[in-house]
Amino acid sequence: MPVSASSSRLIFDALKANGVRIMSALPETWLVHLIRMAEEDPETTLVRLAKEEEGVGISTGAHLAGVRSAMLMQNHGFLASVNGIVSCAQLYRIPLLMLVSARGEFGERDPWQTEGGLVTEHVLDALRIPTERLGSQGDVARKISKAMTLAYSASRPVALLLERDLMWEEA
Amino acid sequence: MKRIEAMRAVHDRLSQPRVAVVTIMGAVAAELQSIGHRPNFFYLQHAMGLASSLGLGLALARPELTVIVFDGDGSILMNLGGLTTLARYAPKNLVHVVFDNESLLSVGGFPTATSTGSDIAAMAAGAGVPRTSTVRDLASFTSAFDAALAARELTTLVAEVEAVGPAAFVTDLSLLENRYQFQRHLRSLAP
Repeated sequence: MPVSASSSRLIFDALKANGVRIMSALPETWLVHLIRMAEEDPETTLVRLAKEEEGVGISTGAHLAGVRSAMLMQNHGFLASVNGIVSCAQLYRIPLLMLVSARGEFGERDPWQTEGGLVTEHVLDALRIPTERLGSQGDVARKISKAMTLAYSASRPVALLLERDLMWEEA
Repeated sequence: MKRIEAMRAVHDRLSQPRVAVVTIMGAVAAELQSIGHRPNFFYLQHAMGLASSLGLGLALARPELTVIVFDGDGSILMNLGGLTTLARYAPKNLVHVVFDNESLLSVGGFPTATSTGSDIAAMAAGAGVPRTSTVRDLASFTSAFDAALAARELTTLVAEVEAVGPAAFVTDLSLLENRYQFQRHLRSLAP
């Protein structure tokens, strides 16, 4: 499976360096290495979800309890989480770091992913969620750190879109 | 049994040190505030379904605290998958109470699926929650609640209550005031 293990390691290490101790996730192909790293790391609590919106509640509880967390999900999982983001994380001003795999963009071979790829950024914009794209390994540590900084200073959700060029090692 | 009577019967347990209480919106939040707000009470005033997930986040983040969630039938029915996540991690410090009045009281009393036979305790047990029960009167609720606190094992306790609530749902405790007070209180309890 050509999911980039080296990019996944950089992302995981950056999350840990920013104090993330709880990661919630729903399995998605691009996230398999990240989820495995979270599971194997004794300092990280991985919460495997049934549906992504639960992760908003878990991250809110963790934040109120003083623990940093992150959500790992596919863009369709983000779309499935919208009410939780609005009615929990935004209503209650929760710093919520969301790492969202950007499926359905150039290079996508799975027909079922393509519709979500067209709307993800528009929905993020409509929700006024500050978003940056992560497309190259050299940006990973810096952008994750800056995303976490803004999440905490603004006390709001922020998103990083994980691009195919970062997560998938294939021509 | 009325929900407010049930909460009143255990209010002193909710106010103990190292306890965190999370409620859903609407009648539960307004009634608990009318009995007596404490800085360790957090009322999730929207995001139906997520109170149990929020409780799981608290319980995992702070295993030294006891987390009590006051959920409702309408809310948990929106997050049944979350029962499987609760069961999967089964924090020993989480007591999940579901007040079942078979209706969406806050929006006019429309009947939920528990009015036609859906059994929340059975669904929680089926999800893998290790301790589940359903109670119908105040004495049974109080004893089951105390047993759940003592058990140190994830419990979903369904309390069948009358579909009656307060006259108004908006209180003078602002959402963000509650949120920051709760967070500061938990910080003050840091191990």
